[in-house]
Amino acid sequence: MQQKIVFKNVTRRFDLRDNTFVALDRFSLDVADGEFITVVGPSGCGKSTALNIAAGLLAPSDGEVLVDGHTVDGPGPERGMIFQQYALFPWLTVRENVEFGLRVKGEPAARRREKASYFIDLVGLGDFADALPKTLSGGMKQRCAIARAYAVDPSVLLMDEPFGALDALTRVQMQDQLLETWSRERRTVMFITHDVDEAVYLANRVIVMAARPGRLKEIITVDLPYPRTEEIRLSTEFTAIRNRVWHAVYHQ
Amino acid sequence: MNAPPKTARQPDRVAKARAPDFQGLGLNFVGLVAGIAVWWVLTASGAVGLPPPPDVARKFVDLVANGQLATDIVSSLARVLSGFLIGVILAIPVGFVMGWYKVARSLIEPYLQFFRMIPPLAIIPLAIVTMGIDETPKIFVIFLASFLASVVATYQGVISVDRTMINAARVLGAKDLTIFLRIVIPASTPFILVGVRIGLGSAWATLVAAELIAAQTGLGYRMQQAQLYYDLPTIFVSLIAIGILGLAMDRLLLAIERRLTVWQERA
Repeated sequence: MQQKIVFKNVTRRFDLRDNTFVALDRFSLDVADGEFITVVGPSGCGKSTALNIAAGLLAPSDGEVLVDGHTVDGPGPERGMIFQQYALFPWLTVRENVEFGLRVKGEPAARRREKASYFIDLVGLGDFADALPKTLSGGMKQRCAIARAYAVDPSVLLMDEPFGALDALTRVQMQDQLLETWSRERRTVMFITHDVDEAVYLANRVIVMAARPGRLKEIITVDLPYPRTEEIRLSTEFTAIRNRVWHAVYHQ
Repeated sequence: MNAPPKTARQPDRVAKARAPDFQGLGLNFVGLVAGIAVWWVLTASGAVGLPPPPDVARKFVDLVANGQLATDIVSSLARVLSGFLIGVILAIPVGFVMGWYKVARSLIEPYLQFFRMIPPLAIIPLAIVTMGIDETPKIFVIFLASFLASVVATYQGVISVDRTMINAARVLGAKDLTIFLRIVIPASTPFILVGVRIGLGSAWATLVAAELIAAQTGLGYRMQQAQLYYDLPTIFVSLIAIGILGLAMDRLLLAIERRLTVWQERA
């Protein structure tokens, strides 16, 4: 399969007052086109650093990230990003938020509207297209952010603990909905989480990272079919993989 | 993180919360009437040497009839609005430049912090000596008062724009100019409007004091004249006019602020 995202020996150092902190140490990873990978690890393992470098929001100290064979140099609409804090523009309605990236691209109003409507419906916010973000629940805000990221048609979705601020029940619903959206609009996804269950449930492969310095520890393949269902979540195979990941994360 | 799951609020509930609070308004009115009654009783009994409400009301009618009150109000408002508008129109771009460019911030900030510590009224002697005694020094002092308040608020607004929101715009393909126009400006609007309101308040306060010192018309001047002739009712009428006009301008700005920032999450 074709490689979509390639991390080549990516190192990121932060200069502190009296020493240097290595947030990410020689991190290498290949992500295939259309793959859904999740990244788990303790805090300080560099998982968000890796994601921000792929997004182009942070420059690597050494090494490089290639997306579609091109070195990442700054953010771009082909790499959509979803943040834990939603980062919706609160003065814009759901529809205007989703149209933001299309407007930046200079697409005509009719096409903007059509595309925005499609993705708003896809995430199930059809009845709230004209609502302001302040009237939405946390889960709905994140669905709006997902629609906004999808609207500019990125080939890669980078998700930084997107469900981290949601309650447990909403989180499970959001996982199912994300997989549903992903099955209909297939993109390469790199998803950061600190929740082992979530990591296993969503992914083709789970990337386990270790801290101090932040580095790749283990890659665990999740050999479970899509669509993932409650049955799969409660199956012994799921539990077995979950235990392996748990072990890799907590016994470092 | 343990907040209970929130559901989408229905629009009609939001509308209901906006309905006027009749009970509160009724109590406001009762308080107002009671205050006037106390004033009346105290002055009628001779406990204090102030004019009773009927004298003030009669003076008010006189001043309206001979056009003096209108002239004073117009000249006071003209001064405050010109100084205030110049101040705000200059403060917003300066505040944006300070918030956006660190170099500009470092260059300008010491002056700003320094002049903020000088009460605008303390500038009046200097302003009169250098600018004469016509409108210029008064407008200048008002300009300074509103400029300082608004510039600080604008620049605070710009530097407190959420970084994640800017990053979200960047990953959607927005470049600096778009981020400035579509993210930084709307995100800092609530701060700017608060600054503008504070600016108007201090402009109004400064104006009246400036007129007490050097003017030929205006509400402050009228009080100063009345003081010479021991004309207490005129002083009362002027004071009440100053209070009502200040309140009206503040409420107007508050309404504009509410309208422009309906999107804000309020506690």
